[in-house]
Amino acid sequence: MVEAIDIGMVNWARALFALTAMYHWIFVPLTLGLSWIIAFYETIYYRTGDESWSRLTKFWMKLFGINFAIGVATGIILEFEFGTNWSNYSWMVGDIFGAPLAIEGIAAFFLESTFFAVMFFGWNRVSKKFHLFSTYMVAVGSNLSALWILVANAWMQHPVGMVFNPDTARFEMQDIMAVILSPIAVSKFTHTTSSSFVMASLFVISISSWYLFKQRHQLLAKRSIVVAATFGIVASLFVGFSGDEAAYEDAKHQPMKLAAFEGHFEGDSPSGLVALGIVNTKKQPGDDLQSFHFKLKIPGMLSILAQRSTTGYVAGINDLVYGNEAEGVMGVEQKIPLGKIAVQSLADYKAAQKSGDEAAAANALQTFRENEAYFGYGFLEKPEDSVPNVGIMFYSFHIMVILAGLFIIVFALFLFFVYKGNIEHLKWLLMAGLPMFFLGIIAQEAGWVVAEVGRQPWAIQDMLPVSIARTNLDSGTVATTFFMFVALFTALLIAEVKIMITQIKKGPEEVK
Amino acid sequence: MTNRFLPFRIYHFYRDGFRRMTLGRSLWKIIIVKLVIMFAILKVFFFPNFLKSNFSTDEARADHVLQELTIKQISINNLE
Repeated sequence: MVEAIDIGMVNWARALFALTAMYHWIFVPLTLGLSWIIAFYETIYYRTGDESWSRLTKFWMKLFGINFAIGVATGIILEFEFGTNWSNYSWMVGDIFGAPLAIEGIAAFFLESTFFAVMFFGWNRVSKKFHLFSTYMVAVGSNLSALWILVANAWMQHPVGMVFNPDTARFEMQDIMAVILSPIAVSKFTHTTSSSFVMASLFVISISSWYLFKQRHQLLAKRSIVVAATFGIVASLFVGFSGDEAAYEDAKHQPMKLAAFEGHFEGDSPSGLVALGIVNTKKQPGDDLQSFHFKLKIPGMLSILAQRSTTGYVAGINDLVYGNEAEGVMGVEQKIPLGKIAVQSLADYKAAQKSGDEAAAANALQTFRENEAYFGYGFLEKPEDSVPNVGIMFYSFHIMVILAGLFIIVFALFLFFVYKGNIEHLKWLLMAGLPMFFLGIIAQEAGWVVAEVGRQPWAIQDMLPVSIARTNLDSGTVATTFFMFVALFTALLIAEVKIMITQIKKGPEEVK
Repeated sequence: MTNRFLPFRIYHFYRDGFRRMTLGRSLWKIIIVKLVIMFAILKVFFFPNFLKSNFSTDEARADHVLQELTIKQISINNLE
């Protein structure tokens, strides 16, 4: 009997996961970045002894606390979803994710929560030096938490340091350092944390702009801007560098993702980068339609990005789907039959084991190992299923990059005019600064879309598509949960915004 | 009088910290309500662990996942 895969359920489960992750991702970058900015403010207070820096530090610490409190544990829901909606996946990766997440729980979480108490309760109770040290430890702990989650995510993008056990149906870790130091994990951690620093800097810029616009707390606002804009510029430049590294690693390990976010259907050399464009959403792999209605291309730039060479060949979606022998590109069309052999040999291995036929089991296992690298392709029905949504990918990637460029200009302008001493009179700049935090959220979420939608159809790259990773549930159950979560998350977000606005209106504590 | 015994000092540190909270009280209320909703309602009624609920041993769970990976897919492939 053939049981049809309920694609409706898979899509609802994906939508629920995306909703939870994207919501969670509003709070996390702010925590990661704001913790460092607060530490810098407190460092200035520690070195100068100027009480106005202490008030400034306490003010931003309060906003940090609100964000932390509302955001805390929202990520746990993702873990719930693994067990319920993604049980096959959850079972298969348990041994890989167990170690990094356990390390996170024990080391980072306890480090963070211990020093968190000193940071909030310890003013005038512990020495200034120890308080400052605790503030830095909160920043280190928060960022360490992110490290382990991102290592786990990077493994899904580039599964290394493991072996699949056909007896238990689990991926087993063989080399934890290969998992932690995989190039995808390194670029993911550096790019994600540095972009979080940018978002937190934008948060400070937006609120400080509002104070200057309203002619309130002007000293606090100007001092906040000096540190945040400096941190923002340095972080933004690093975001550019780490983003470039991430794209280079994508070209090596997830070339389909790179081709999709560039709308790059035909491989070429030298290859140009589409800086701006309108995607033809009707375009499908293998057809003769144009991939763009309009495009502005920078010649040779994609070759530099993907191959570190002005003339390097960059495979397009068509090459990756159907193969290109001349360029040595193996297509999904060629991988699917090998994947089906891997799936069949796994079934043969299990059957031979049950019947006690050791020779047949050994033969089947050998065939499985020979074709294991293509295992996931055995679950695809047709080669075109390996292509993520090009329109979503292209626009998300380009929105992220354009906003990242805008942020550098904004930080530079704020820094220049705050030093010049006339920033409070520049209404146009303050007006421009107000929405920057919201644009920062958009850039963050767009980046998440590039990373995660770009991985489709894979839950684990090349090994497990989302349609097999899921639990065999009906779509109605998951859809109900989705709408319930929309309500719950909206309520939490309203609570955060309300408390945050109240505290921002109050401003820092007045001098007694 | 200052108590020099470290555990007492830590206890007093936390006790005084919680007592002096102003905004923190509201935030803790939100955290507690959220955790109750998550663990007592969502986890229990909406997010049961599928494999733990339906299979009693790891061997049975592994068999189920292997079946999901192989039998269904091979049936689909054979229809092509």
